[in-house]
Amino acid sequence: MIADLLIPLILAVCACAALRRRENVYDALTDGAAKGLRLLITILPSLIILLTAVNMLRASGMLDRLSAALGPLCRGIGLPPETLPLILVRPFSGSAALAVGADLMRQYGVDSRIGRTAAVMLGSTETTFYTVSVYFSAAGISRTRYVIPAALLADLTGFAAAALFTRLFFG
Amino acid sequence: MISITWTIMVVLSIFGGLLFSTAGRIGPAAMEGAASALELGISLAGPLCLWCGVGELMARSGLREKLSRALDPLLGRLFPELRHKPDGFSALCANVTANLLGLGNAATPMGIEACRAMADGSGAATAEQCRLVVLNTASIQLLPSTVASVRAGLGCSTPLDILPCVLLTSLCSVAVGLLMCRFLERLFHDR
Repeated sequence: MIADLLIPLILAVCACAALRRRENVYDALTDGAAKGLRLLITILPSLIILLTAVNMLRASGMLDRLSAALGPLCRGIGLPPETLPLILVRPFSGSAALAVGADLMRQYGVDSRIGRTAAVMLGSTETTFYTVSVYFSAAGISRTRYVIPAALLADLTGFAAAALFTRLFFG
Repeated sequence: MISITWTIMVVLSIFGGLLFSTAGRIGPAAMEGAASALELGISLAGPLCLWCGVGELMARSGLREKLSRALDPLLGRLFPELRHKPDGFSALCANVTANLLGLGNAATPMGIEACRAMADGSGAATAEQCRLVVLNTASIQLLPSTVASVRAGLGCSTPLDILPCVLLTSLCSVAVGLLMCRFLERLFHDR
């Protein structure tokens, strides 16, 4: 019941809170939507270029052989081998990861285990190398010390946990 | 890195075509891939714009500040030194709040401000700066809005049903990240 009404409730609560502060609700929504459009435009080129290569790899039969070969390794830590391409691009490029993740969801179905795992992975990790470089270069830091190993280990935990919790919650 | 990956993918597909006699399918597949990417992009557009709109509304409605104040005690504990710099600390609270609400683009400028306030001028990352970055790369989200909008765009009727999974996963990765920071801090005596 709550889950069904979650999205309408979020919309209503935000609109009411903004009205109480005498904010222009409609302007806020359309300004935000315009930002969404700009976000889409930054994703689109990478979506097109990456899906071209992914589709070629799939049509050649190589993707199936690769996931069959790497399957045991992935299953060892509880990861569905199909999510491997997503895991590989996630720390380097946010738009590429979103492209690969969206393709997985479409390919295997949004409500399939692979589709859900991909969604949880995308939702609970970040573009690690980008974040580290943006934050530290802005603060004038050249020696990153132990940040990269710590962040990458956290990412790996996130990928394994995403697979685990998806399996626990959705079977 | 992405350039190398992309090139490897294309070269591998040619090898695959020769090995598994699927060579005739690769060329058309490239064109289909590009076409399907645009279709995918268009089906994502609506929900993505809607969620970005809601995000903007959350920022203007004061919900963000409320959540930010609620986080104050917890973050004060993780960042005791920054606590004494009010400007940097409020930027930090705003950064974590924006992350929680899934407003990644809003989080970055505030995170940078907090990171600058933590700098000690030595050019080496301080313990608190490392903690801030790990908190951001591990991405704690209450509302995974971008992913939810992608799911909605693909025809999912309950795009937010992954919410508990995302939350638990984020908590695990943040916990591991912070523990690693604590552990590695003792190994690195280079400051």
